[in-house]
Amino acid sequence: MKEFVVDDKTAKKYRRKSLIAFIIFFALLALGWTGWKYLNNAPRDGGIRGGLQKPLRQVLDLNEEVYSGLFSSKRLVKEYPRSKAAPRARVNGDVGLDPSLFDSASWRLQILRANGDTLSLTLDDIKQLPRYDVVFNFKCIEGWSQITWWSGARFSDLIKKYHLEKEAGMKYVGMATPDEEYYVGIDMPSIMQPQTILCYQLNAQPLPMNQGYPLRLIIPVKYGVKHLKRIGTISFSNTRPPDYWAERGYDYYTGL
Amino acid sequence: MPVRIVEKHKLATRWMHWINFPVLTIMIWSGMLIYWANDVYNVRLGGKVIVRFFPEWFYKALHIQHRLAEGMAFHFVFMWIFIINGILYIAYTLVSGEWRYLFPDRKAFREAWQVVLHDLHIRKTAPPQLKYNAAQRIAYTMIIVMGIGSVITGFAIYKPVQVQWVMILCGGYEAARVEHFLLTLGYVLFFLIHLLQVIKAGWNNFRAMVAGFEVIKEKDGSQNQSL
Repeated sequence: MKEFVVDDKTAKKYRRKSLIAFIIFFALLALGWTGWKYLNNAPRDGGIRGGLQKPLRQVLDLNEEVYSGLFSSKRLVKEYPRSKAAPRARVNGDVGLDPSLFDSASWRLQILRANGDTLSLTLDDIKQLPRYDVVFNFKCIEGWSQITWWSGARFSDLIKKYHLEKEAGMKYVGMATPDEEYYVGIDMPSIMQPQTILCYQLNAQPLPMNQGYPLRLIIPVKYGVKHLKRIGTISFSNTRPPDYWAERGYDYYTGL
Repeated sequence: MPVRIVEKHKLATRWMHWINFPVLTIMIWSGMLIYWANDVYNVRLGGKVIVRFFPEWFYKALHIQHRLAEGMAFHFVFMWIFIINGILYIAYTLVSGEWRYLFPDRKAFREAWQVVLHDLHIRKTAPPQLKYNAAQRIAYTMIIVMGIGSVITGFAIYKPVQVQWVMILCGGYEAARVEHFLLTLGYVLFFLIHLLQVIKAGWNNFRAMVAGFEVIKEKDGSQNQSL
């Protein structure tokens, strides 16, 4: 810090400098305000890039590139002893679960293969796969979390058993409820992570209707919004499949 | 009449200060949009809720309800500016030697108390100081530590799997969210005191944060101090 006494002439110079600094300050303030207004009123795209101002969506896409680049399926979600699991799992959201539209007897898991065929599986087919339990802290995008115990078959085991290697070579998996009301898109590395399961049990009991009976997705590396309840179809693609909440302004990736 | 010039704040400091102000405001605002979706915190006394974060009228007044997606988007866009600006500030402060004015010294805590007493008009004299008094040194260092804390607890909530060790370091996922929230309350408190102090310190002090220097009319022109 420097201090010095100046004569009138120099003092005048400093006063002018001060005035210019304030003019620049207010000009930048106005510029910042204009930028803020522009950002808030920026046009919005539709589809999975919908519900958000374009510049924000662009940065979220950039974030997605950063985090999917850093993602490692070797980093496992912390698991807990079963005794820590909540006896009643919280229910949040019922889109795609309309009971009047669901017939459990005719339900099949439809897997759309790359060659156009559909692989149709029953719940027993899924139960033939090795059973895997995961007790983890389920995280909702709203901000709450709960330790819950889920059981099912690893998604990666399904790929192996039904020789879906070609499909798994693609970039994304899309899932939808039987009535197609709810749907998610998930990047392949996340869904192939060993803790991702096609889940048919909660607390060692069959899934309740409101938890997506007969089969739901549990994907601990994502927020709850991606844990689609009552899987109807599974598809594969190299472009991002439709996603219910992304269309409503949420981040597509939502990886934890 | 002679005039004394005090060159106080460097250009870089001023830029980073004024970038941080709106960016932190946006971070706090978008953070509230996120928090609203699971607004479970309150202060209880004997089982009775005395402060609720936040009451309905508060959300309504600030138009906070039902904007989680928007809040998350703004939060995860502007966090980059907050982080980069913060890193630049810390780097600049260390390299330029400005940290000497900012970092609390050994006498800081005793002196800070004297500053508080002086500010409250209980004590007549304030302890001697350089650019910042002891209370300022503590506050301006604390706020940087808090900023680092917000980034750490923020990432613990944001990427609790990929940086699980950070989440565990914070004492768990839910603990990290509480810490992140408390730090934000800290910023608001800091801001209120900061604003009052700026008003109290007057025009020249504010000018220094914009133009970099104070222009003080000397009553006695004989002094020519150099600090």
